Amino acid sequence: MATIHPLPSGTRDVLPDEMRELRAITAALLDVFTREGYGEVSTPALEHQEVLQRGGGAQPAYRVMDDHGQVLALRPDMTVPIARLAATRYAGEEPPLRFCYLADVYRGVRPHRGQMREFLQAGVELVGAPSPEGTAEVLRVLCAALDASGLAGYRLGIGDAALYPTLLETFAVPPQARETLLRDLVDRDFVGLERELGLLDLPGDARETLATVPSLRGGVEVLDGRPATESLRRVHDLLEPAVARRVLFDLGLTRDLGCDPGYYTGAVFEVYDPALGEPLGGGGRYDELLGRFGRPLPAVGFALGVDKLHIALAGEERAR
Amino acid sequence: MTSTRPLTVAVPRGALLAETLDLLDRLGVNTAEVRSNDRRLLFAEVGIVTMRPSDVPTYVEAGAADLGITGKDVLTEQAERDFYELLDLGYGGCSMVLATTQGPDPSAEALRRLGVMRVATKYPKTAAGHFERTGRQAEIVEVKGSVELAPLTGLVEAIVDLTATGTTLRENNLVVREELFYSTARLIANPVAHKLRAAEVDDVVAALR
Repeated sequence: MATIHPLPSGTRDVLPDEMRELRAITAALLDVFTREGYGEVSTPALEHQEVLQRGGGAQPAYRVMDDHGQVLALRPDMTVPIARLAATRYAGEEPPLRFCYLADVYRGVRPHRGQMREFLQAGVELVGAPSPEGTAEVLRVLCAALDASGLAGYRLGIGDAALYPTLLETFAVPPQARETLLRDLVDRDFVGLERELGLLDLPGDARETLATVPSLRGGVEVLDGRPATESLRRVHDLLEPAVARRVLFDLGLTRDLGCDPGYYTGAVFEVYDPALGEPLGGGGRYDELLGRFGRPLPAVGFALGVDKLHIALAGEERAR
Repeated sequence: MTSTRPLTVAVPRGALLAETLDLLDRLGVNTAEVRSNDRRLLFAEVGIVTMRPSDVPTYVEAGAADLGITGKDVLTEQAERDFYELLDLGYGGCSMVLATTQGPDPSAEALRRLGVMRVATKYPKTAAGHFERTGRQAEIVEVKGSVELAPLTGLVEAIVDLTATGTTLRENNLVVREELFYSTARLIANPVAHKLRAAEVDDVVAALR
């Protein structure tokens, strides 16, 4: 009988067989990141809560008070710490700045396979490179990294965080209704969305557009004749064929980090693989985040869940 | 990257089963085997898995089923799960209600004199959310079996439960005090299947709309 010494909820041990496989994956990813000119950085797991809140995005789930009575929190992602790092350590540096990381992050999620509360992310942040060039570069690096890991069947869903808010603005939807509609969109509740639209006094074509746009997804043709999709098309025009054939445009895509306000301002993306029932990573543009730390620069990045990538690789191997 | 296997649909056993199978017939799915065999659970050849309605979101969220059909009552209770809610299918209509014994409202009296009402339910999150939104203190008592028994024995002052016709409530001398929401069957989709098998998912939505 083994003695029982429980682990905190949402954490786990990794033993040598699994660790070897994880190392092979992270080595392949980091190799691509550094080859592409992204310098690896490390930041403290603990940050001042105030810094994380200033950044926005996913909110911290674990807080401690230090011996000076300051409230510290475990980082829920690496984007905000790297924005802080870029704005403070590189204040005089000429952009663009390229960073990559391999780091544990912490969220108060319901733990399940592939998604612990403490989980390892590998990703990049490209600071000071505006859309569309910066976005296209990061998508190329994302594909190169996934290819290097050995994943075969993946697709990249690409949407625009600004698209639906722009449509609501264009159709002069009242502010309270905008909030409800965006909430339904983020919750993926299309039944609720349609019901809310039915209650609004809108011209028929506006209602039709707002109801159908969230379920438009597919090749670049879904952008044809659609308002507020010019910036996605400009990104598409810069993609190499190998990247473009992985892309699936998704006009309803939002990146829900369980929070308001989020920090995404433009293109957002998610990585899908048939071997996993949830996205294995994602990212997007956050052109206003650096400004919250005093150095306004456009930026874009992505993060991959290393455990999820590992599960997807194992699933693809089984299906072969 | 396209697959030849049919979309897997999580189908609820129980009250929603018959109408769900009728709906699948309309999609051209052969449901004869499901209708004739109520012990078998997996019908891989036609892409159907049958289960308790409350298990449908679990299978769909994990991608073990691409699509699922279940009641809004189940989706509301499991709101933290990740899935697309695509369509209101219209059938399986019933109300989530707050009910008490007949006569003077015992839950109102408990609130006024004791500050807290006790409420039995199979839907603890739905019930807790309702009382939070309406600013009342409630002790939620989760029960697995017949909820109607709880107020009759003095375990609680009220229940939150689903009712279609109100017959069971009436037969146990319970009356509806509030309606929380009206529930119907919904079509839900796994977030990854919704992207990677978009055309097939959209075909199903279009056929059922």
